[in-house]
Amino acid sequence: MARISTRISQGLLGLAAMVTLSSVGLADDGAAPSSEPALSGSAPPLIRRLTESQYRATVADVFGPDIPVVGRFEHGLRIDGLLAIGTSQAGLSAFSFEQYDASAQAVAAEVVSERHRAQLVPCKPQSETEFDAPCARRFVEHYGFMLFRRPLSSEETARYVRAAREAQARLGNFYQGLQYALAGMMDAPDFLVRVERAIPDPKHRGQMILDPYSQATRISFFLTNSTPDAELLRAAGSGELGHPEGLARQVDRLIASHEFERGVRAFFEDMLRFDTFDELAKDPLIYPAFNSVVAHDAQEQTLRTVIDLLVRQRGDYRDIFTTRDTFLTRRLGIVYQVPVPTRAGWEHQEFSPGSNRAGILTNISFLALYSHPGRSSSTLRGKAIREVFLCQHVPDPPNNVDFSVVQDSSNTALPTARDRLEAHRTSPACAGCHRLMDPLGLTLENFDGLGTYRAQENDAVIDASGQLEGHSFSGAAGLGQALHDNPRTAQCLVNKMYSTAAGREPTEAEKPYVEFLDQAFQAKGYRIADLMRAIALSRTFYVVTPAGTSGPSPIPRTAAAKISHGGGS
Amino acid sequence: MKRLSRRTVLRGALNGAAVGVALPFLDLFFDPAAQSRAAPAPRLPVRFGTWIWGCGFVPERWIPTSTGADYALPPDLEPLGPYKDRLAIFSGYDVKLDGVPNKPHITGCLGLRTGIPVPNESVRAPTLDVLIGDAIGKDCRFSSIEVCSAALDRSYSYRAAGSSNPSETSPVALYQRIFGDGFQDPNTANFKPDPRTMVRESVLSAVADDRKRLMRNVGAEDRRRLDEYFSSIRHLEEQLAMQLQPPARVENFTKPDAPPNTPTDSVVDNVMVVHRLMAGLLAKALQCNQTKVVNVLFSDTTSNLRRPGSSTTHHTLTHEEPVNTALGYQEQVGWFARQSMVAWKEFLDALAGIPEGDGTLLDNCLIFAHSDCSIAKAHAVEGIPMMVAGRAGGRIRTGFHQAGNADPASRLGLTVMQTMGLQIERWGTQSMETNRPIKELLV
Repeated sequence: MARISTRISQGLLGLAAMVTLSSVGLADDGAAPSSEPALSGSAPPLIRRLTESQYRATVADVFGPDIPVVGRFEHGLRIDGLLAIGTSQAGLSAFSFEQYDASAQAVAAEVVSERHRAQLVPCKPQSETEFDAPCARRFVEHYGFMLFRRPLSSEETARYVRAAREAQARLGNFYQGLQYALAGMMDAPDFLVRVERAIPDPKHRGQMILDPYSQATRISFFLTNSTPDAELLRAAGSGELGHPEGLARQVDRLIASHEFERGVRAFFEDMLRFDTFDELAKDPLIYPAFNSVVAHDAQEQTLRTVIDLLVRQRGDYRDIFTTRDTFLTRRLGIVYQVPVPTRAGWEHQEFSPGSNRAGILTNISFLALYSHPGRSSSTLRGKAIREVFLCQHVPDPPNNVDFSVVQDSSNTALPTARDRLEAHRTSPACAGCHRLMDPLGLTLENFDGLGTYRAQENDAVIDASGQLEGHSFSGAAGLGQALHDNPRTAQCLVNKMYSTAAGREPTEAEKPYVEFLDQAFQAKGYRIADLMRAIALSRTFYVVTPAGTSGPSPIPRTAAAKISHGGGS
Repeated sequence: MKRLSRRTVLRGALNGAAVGVALPFLDLFFDPAAQSRAAPAPRLPVRFGTWIWGCGFVPERWIPTSTGADYALPPDLEPLGPYKDRLAIFSGYDVKLDGVPNKPHITGCLGLRTGIPVPNESVRAPTLDVLIGDAIGKDCRFSSIEVCSAALDRSYSYRAAGSSNPSETSPVALYQRIFGDGFQDPNTANFKPDPRTMVRESVLSAVADDRKRLMRNVGAEDRRRLDEYFSSIRHLEEQLAMQLQPPARVENFTKPDAPPNTPTDSVVDNVMVVHRLMAGLLAKALQCNQTKVVNVLFSDTTSNLRRPGSSTTHHTLTHEEPVNTALGYQEQVGWFARQSMVAWKEFLDALAGIPEGDGTLLDNCLIFAHSDCSIAKAHAVEGIPMMVAGRAGGRIRTGFHQAGNADPASRLGLTVMQTMGLQIERWGTQSMETNRPIKELLV
C-alpha cells in the first residue's frame, strides 16, 4: 500500500510539472565529458517496439513480479546483428496484436483480482456496484502514467475513464470496469511502442532534442531494459533531466541499482544472439547430453560470467575473451567434463589452466550455437566471431557451390575439418570469404558440435592453429588473447552499445562522436558501466532531426542484406 | 420472365448512370450453365492456401515426361496418384533474376510470391497470399493462418518487409487459437453474445480512435508501420464484432477434439505427425469459415528436416551428399524430396476428407504449392516446381502437366490471384512482369 501511494503522488507531481516543459533543455557541457565533439547531424526520433524481455520487465516493474505474462511473442527482427535495431523497423502483424491483447486481458484480470486489488488498485470504490468516477480516474492516471511513460492528456484520461464506466455498465462491477480500461491501455500503441517525441532545443537554436519523457524512456530501457521508474519520470516532469547534475544523478542512480544488471544482460543476450537458441537442434544420438536444460544453462552460464566480470567486478570488457572464471551447474559439468559438487543450482568455478577453456568463446553457448546438429563448424564459428565480436560482415556463399567433398565428415582421405576446408580455401570462388572465417574457426576445432573437448577427429590429431589479421596463434586460448588484444574488439562493442541505446546504427555525422566514445572507453580501462554512462550523459544521444528527414529510416537495401536468416553452411 | 439482352442491360445501366456493372454478373444472362450454377444451393466460399516445401526436387523423378492430361506419374509424384485429376503440375517456370543476386533459398521463394526477386529478405511485400486474403477474407475471424510443421515460427507470408506473419508451430497452440477462447460453434442451438466481448470491442475502438494524433509528425516509413499496427487493431475489433453475431450454419461440421501433445522439432517422423494434425485443424478451420487463407510451411526453404541419428539436415545433404552413381542422383536428398510429396498428399487428404456441397472442401479450394528452388545443390531458381490443387469452386480446371518453357513463374501467381477475384491485370517487374495468365488452368 505504501509503495503505491508514493507512486501516485509522484505521478501527479510529474503531471503538474509538465507545465514547465518548455523551459527544459539539455546541457551541452558539464556532466557530459567536456570533449564530446560538436554534432553536425543526427537522425529522426524513432518508433520502437518493446522487445519481449522489455514487455515482461515492464509488467513486473509496474504491477509486481507475481503478475504473470502469458502471451506468446513473435521473434524479434534482427538487423545489422541486433534485435535492438530491429525494434525500430519491425511492424506489428495481426497475429502479434492478437497475442498482445491476450496478454493484456490476462494481466488486467490479475491486477483487479480479489487477490491483488488491495495492493494494486490505488483507491477503494464507495460501492462495487456503482461507478466511482474519482477512483477510476486515479487508477487510469496512475497506470496510464506508468505504462505510457508520460502523463496522459485530459482527453486520454477521459477516454479510459469512459471505457471503465461503460464496461461497468455492461458487466455490473466496478473492478471489471477498471480491468477493461487497463487492458485497453495495454493494447494502446503508446504502451507497446516507444514513440519518441522531439521538441526544439532551448539551448541550441534550430536544433531538436527529445522531450524529457522520451529522454527518460531512452535512458531507462538502455540502462535497465525496462520502463522508467517513478523517480525517473518525476525527474523528467520536473525538468531535472535538462540539467547536467540532474541527468547525472538519475543515470548514476540507475547504474548503481540492481536493475542495471538487467540492462547489461539484455544487451549481451541480444549481441550473442541467444534468441536463436530457440531454433537450435542437436541430434540426440550424436550428442545425448544435449537437451533444453543444457541449452538454457549454457546461456545462463555465459551471462552470469559476463555480468560478474563486467558489472559486479567492474572488469575490463576484453577479459571476457580470456577469463577462466565461470559458473556451472551439474548438467553443464557433464559436457565440460568437470565435477560440480552443488546438486541443484549454480556454483562459481575456475577452469584450470590445463583445461583448454578460457573466455566465453569456449563456452557451450558459443560452440554449440555455431555448429551443425551433428558436427562442429569452423565456418559458422569463424563467421560469428567476425560478425558478433568484430562487427565485420561476411558475405553469403556463392550460389553454385559443391560442398560434397569438403564436408563429408566420414571422408577418410580428409579426416579433419581442416583437411576438408583446405579444399575450400584453395578454390578461388570460396577462398575470399573462407580465408576470413576458417582460420579463426579452426582454432576452436578441439571442441565438438556441442562443445565437448576432443584432441582428435577421426583418429587424426587436430591442428588448432590459426590467425587473426596477421597475428598467428594456436587453440582457443590463443584466439581469446588475439581478440582481447585486437583494437577492433572494443570498437565493435562501442558501436553495438550505441546502436542498442539509439535503436539504429550511428549516422555518418555521429562518427566523430563514436570515436570519442572509443577513446573514452579505452582511457577508462574498458569498463562497460563507464561506457554506458558516457552515452547516457552525452548530448548527442538526445539530439534528433525532424521526423521524415534524412536518417537511417527506411533502411538502405544494402543494410537490409544483413538481416540474418537460417541457412548457409 | 422476359429474357434480357446484353445490350438492353448495358443501355439501361448507362441511362441510370450505373456504369460500373461487373461483367461476370452479365455473364449470367448468357451462360445457361452459369445460371444453373448460381441459382440453387447457398454459395460456398472459395478458399486459398499455399503449401511450401524446401530444397526443390530431383528433376528426373518429378517432372512428367509428357504434358497435358494423359501424363504418366513419375516416381516422386506417385504418392499423389489419388489426386491426379485435381492437381495441375507446372514444370519449367523460372524466377527471372535480371541480375539480382540470388540469395540461396530466399530469392526464389519470395520471387514466386511477389513477382519481384530480391537479393535478401527485404521482400517487396505484400506476398500474393496477403493480397488474396485482403480480397476474400474480410468476413472471417482470421485474415489468414500460418503454420510450420518443422518447429520454425517464420513464414513466407508478408504484409510488409520486416514482419512476416509468424507461423504456429504446435498443433495444441493452433487448436487453442482457432477452437479455444472466442470460437463459436456454427451449429450451436442457442447463441448468446458475450457481454465481455462487447466491452472489449468498444475499448479497442476507443484505442483505435487515437490514430490521428499518433500519425502527426511521423516519417513515411513509421507511418506505414503505425498503419499496420492500427489495421491489426481493426482486425481484432472485427474479429470481436463477428463473435457478437450468430454464426452461419455449416453443414457436416463438428468441432474437432484437442490434438495430443506431440514433439515439435525437425525430426522427419515427428514433422509428419505434426503436419497431419495441423492439416486436419486447418481443414476444419476452413470448413467453418474461421479463415479463408492458410499458409503452410512443411519444411523451411533451407530445410532443417533430418532423420534421427543423422548428423546432417536435408538442406546440408543437398550440398554435401555425393551423387549415387548407380542411381544418378543424391539418394538421401531424393528420399526427402519424395517425403515432401507424401506430406503434400496428406495435406490434400485433410481437405478432401471434408464433405461440402456436392463434393469436398478441396473442390472449393485453390492450393498453390511450391518450393524455393529446383535443384537445391545449385540453388537454381529456373524451373522451380509448382502445383495447383483443388477446383476453386469450379473456377479452375486441373488434372494436367504443363511445361513452362522458361516462362516467368509470375504467370502462375497472376493466374491464381485473378482466379481468386483480384482485379489485377499484370504482375511482377522486369522479366517477371506478365499480363499472361495460364489459360490451361482457367475454365
